[in-house]
Amino acid sequence: MADQFQGIEPMVYQSKINVPYSWWAGDTATRFFVALRDEKKIIATKCGACGKVFMPPRKTCPLCFTANTEWVDVSDEGTVLTFSVARRQLAAIPQDRKVPVIWGLIKLDGADTAILHYLDEVKPEDVIIGMRVKAVFSETRKGTIRDISHFKPVK
Amino acid sequence: MAHRKKNRNVGIIGIGQTKHSSHREDVNQPELIYEAVSLALKDANLTMNDIDCVVHGNMELFEMVHQPDLWQVLGTGAYGKDCIRITTGGTVGATISCASDNLVASGMYDIVMAIGFEKLQEGHTTGGITNMADPLWFRKIQSGALTGSSAYDVEREFGLERANRASLTYRIIMDKHAGLNPNAHRSFGLEFSQIDDLIRTSPKLVGELKLIEMCSQSDGACCVIYACEKKAKELTKTPVWIRDHISAHKEECFPIFGYDRKYPVLKTHKFAAEQLFKRNNIKNPLDYFDVFEMYDPATWWAIDWLRDFFALKGDEHLKLIEDKEIMIGGKMPINPSGGVIGSNPIGATALLRVAEAALQVRGNAGPHQIPTPVNHALASGFGGTMWTVMTMLEKELNW
Repeated sequence: MADQFQGIEPMVYQSKINVPYSWWAGDTATRFFVALRDEKKIIATKCGACGKVFMPPRKTCPLCFTANTEWVDVSDEGTVLTFSVARRQLAAIPQDRKVPVIWGLIKLDGADTAILHYLDEVKPEDVIIGMRVKAVFSETRKGTIRDISHFKPVK
Repeated sequence: MAHRKKNRNVGIIGIGQTKHSSHREDVNQPELIYEAVSLALKDANLTMNDIDCVVHGNMELFEMVHQPDLWQVLGTGAYGKDCIRITTGGTVGATISCASDNLVASGMYDIVMAIGFEKLQEGHTTGGITNMADPLWFRKIQSGALTGSSAYDVEREFGLERANRASLTYRIIMDKHAGLNPNAHRSFGLEFSQIDDLIRTSPKLVGELKLIEMCSQSDGACCVIYACEKKAKELTKTPVWIRDHISAHKEECFPIFGYDRKYPVLKTHKFAAEQLFKRNNIKNPLDYFDVFEMYDPATWWAIDWLRDFFALKGDEHLKLIEDKEIMIGGKMPINPSGGVIGSNPIGATALLRVAEAALQVRGNAGPHQIPTPVNHALASGFGGTMWTVMTMLEKELNW
């Protein structure tokens, strides 16, 4: 393969696609973010048929295929189901978080599904699956998932 | 579908659609889809447990979601089911209808659900469409979905005044139809007395193509449920039978609009219609069909395409419009729903044509139901690089 480019500069078409998008959260996710911002409360939707509690909140239950109309409070404490450590400061990692950054899937008490968030105030080598963690809220909250700063181990 | 090779008959047994709108900030994409799907299930008196396979379709790149069929499973109900994603551009809604028909007819599945959706508020259609062309060969001349060439052709053939008046008459008829359809996105309450004003005041987009003549960008979803003959007869008293469908497209992509006297092109709408009617032994489609839900992205194309679909001569197509024969109550009602100019959630749009035609056959379309019996209905889909999909629906299994 390399031979065919010997002595020549391959002509490469350089292009860029730049298309603006704006995705709406919808009423269900909005209610969750507002509770997080204004009340530091974590709320979830509950299926009226199978009783499953969805975190992040979902408008419908994918198993029963019915609308989730009930809202419940879930705990700010939960269990680490799995985790991954990012050791390179790539674009997906915000400037205000320095590597190593730990991502965890956390099942909050009272919820049946897990939420993705940062684990902090713990070294990567000390994280174990099954460890108990608690939400630390951000000082300034803007109605986004980062209104929770991170989850820290429960001492 | 290979004609006369159908393994078994297929009927439409459930139809659902959202209210179409320019803005649905209250729901995200799966939540929007759920509205249409739950309405179709309710219409068919079924639950997701009864659905064997889900066929999902929308435009590529329009909302920039990779594998939308997976992300949207919360709304489609396809969790744990066979699910097939199809995308063929503007025709996608019609293609998922054809695919669902084929999947049931083949015997693979007894009940198949087709879901078409678009949330155009969230995306950028021209950005998506422009990436259709090969970047090495002048991609940048692509203009997206706007073209004024049909306007120019009609104008050249029939004179500016008659052409403009026909275009606006068509537009106002669609507005009046959309006004009757509670799900339609746009209805301004236009009157025929406003034609001259609109010709003068509506901003021109390209050539004589005016803003008022162009379709909208809508958020919306549509869901249609298909069943084999046995199940369809068990599950509903009013199945709508799919008699035949045809898809046509061309190798070359740009000379797709208009009639040039020196260089006439065979257009896919004309070709598809001729083939479809010939193989079904329909001599005069204008007499045979009771309603036509036509994919009409702009008035000028609608005018032009009426001639193609019905093989009309001279100015017969203009006369149909001028005499208001395309209105509800006329000889050939076109788009009682208000059509694509009324609502255009693109991935759902061509499926809406089938859905609305089926509602007319069932006789419960709502306030825009045609007052006379509808036994034979036609639906068309249109999409980029000139795709045509046509679907024939029947009230009785007697052809």
